[in-house]
Amino acid sequence: MYDFAYHRPKSLADAVATLKGKEEARPMSGGMTLIPTLKQRLAKPSDVVDLGGIAELAGIKVAGDVVTIGAMTKHYDVSVSPDVKKIIPALADLAGHIGDPAVRNRGTMGGSVANSDPAADYPAAVVALNATITTNTGKHPADGFFKGLFETALKDGELITAISFPKPEKAAYMKFPNPASRYAMVGVFVAKTKDGVRVAVTGAGSAVFRVKAMEDALSKNFTSAAIKDIKIPATDLNSDIHGSAEYRAHLVGVMARRAVDAANK
Amino acid sequence: MTGTHVGCDTSQCGACVVEIDGKSVKSCTILAVQVEGSKVTTIEGLAPSADKLHPMQEAFRDNHALQCGFCTPGMVMSAIDMVKRNNYQLDEATVRRELEGNLCRCTGYHNIVKAILAAAPAMKSAGV
Repeated sequence: MYDFAYHRPKSLADAVATLKGKEEARPMSGGMTLIPTLKQRLAKPSDVVDLGGIAELAGIKVAGDVVTIGAMTKHYDVSVSPDVKKIIPALADLAGHIGDPAVRNRGTMGGSVANSDPAADYPAAVVALNATITTNTGKHPADGFFKGLFETALKDGELITAISFPKPEKAAYMKFPNPASRYAMVGVFVAKTKDGVRVAVTGAGSAVFRVKAMEDALSKNFTSAAIKDIKIPATDLNSDIHGSAEYRAHLVGVMARRAVDAANK
Repeated sequence: MTGTHVGCDTSQCGACVVEIDGKSVKSCTILAVQVEGSKVTTIEGLAPSADKLHPMQEAFRDNHALQCGFCTPGMVMSAIDMVKRNNYQLDEATVRRELEGNLCRCTGYHNIVKAILAAAPAMKSAGV
C-alpha cells in the first residue's frame, strides 16, 4: 500500500468539500474493492475519503411503490429489510448473495454501483428495474449510467447519495457464481414492469448490458419458452481463465430462462 | 495478539475474521483507522475466563472441527455471527451456505458444520 491521507467526514457536504480540487483523491464506501486494490498497489490515491461516518447516506425509505436505498446501506441490511423483501423481493435476494456474509456486512450499494465492476450484481438490478441514481449534483437514469469497465456517468467529485427502485410486477435475478470468488460469471436480472420487460446482464461484458431481443420476446409472452431460441453473440463478451466468451454467451440464455421461471413462481 | 490469522490477504479465505460492533468482517480488508471508536472482538476476546471457553470454541473442540487449525479463528468468529444472525436456529444447508466466505484446506468442513450446529443451542442456553 502506498501512503495516502485518510479523511473521515461526518456529512455529505464535508465529503464533497474534502474531495474538491484533489484530482487524485478517492472516495471509499465499504472498501471491499478499494482496500484490496490499494493493498495490491493497483491504485495510488493522494487521499482516501471514507464515507463510512456519514449517517445521512444509509437507510431504506419507501414512498408509494418506490424503494429508495441510501448509498451507504450495507448489502446485509438490504437483504434483510422487511420493506425491500415485501416490495422487491428479487432485490433483497440479490443482496443476500453478494460475496459472503462478512463482505455483506461492509460492502455498500452505492460503492458497488459507483465502481461498475463487470461482475458486480447490483448494476443488473439497477438497469433491469430502471432505477434512478441520485447524486450530490443531480439524478441519473439507469440507462447510460454504466459506461464500461469500472466507468460510469459520475463526474469527478460526484457522489451517489441514494438509488430509487420502482416496484416491478415480477422480477428475479439468477447468477452463476464463480466457484472460488463468488463473483458472477454471468448474472441476469429480469423485471416485468408496467412499461415492458427489461433484461440486464452482468458478468458477461465489460459492463452491465440489456438484451433487447429477450425483452421484446418476453414483453409479448413472459415465459422462459419465449426466449429459448434467442442466441447471444459471443462477440465482445469476456473471455478469461474462468470461461470463454462462448460459454458466457450460453450462460446468459440459461440464467435468463431460470430468472423468468423464478419470477413466474 | 496472534489469534487472528492472515490467510490469503485478499478477502477470500476468512481466516482473519473479527467482530466489529457485533458484525463479522474480514479484518484484512479494513484499515485500522476505520475502526476508531468501534468495539473490536478477536478470537482472544471470546472465552469468559482462562479456564472456560466460549460455547462455539467448546463445540469446535468437542467435534474435532479442525486439523491444522489455521482457519479456526476465522471459522469460530464467522460461526458466532452466523448463529446470531439466524436467531440461534440453523440447519446444515444454511451453515454450509453461510460458510462460503471461510475456507478450510484440511477437514472438508464436515466437523466444522457439526460443531456450529451443536454450538447454536449451547450459545442460546448460555445467553451469548
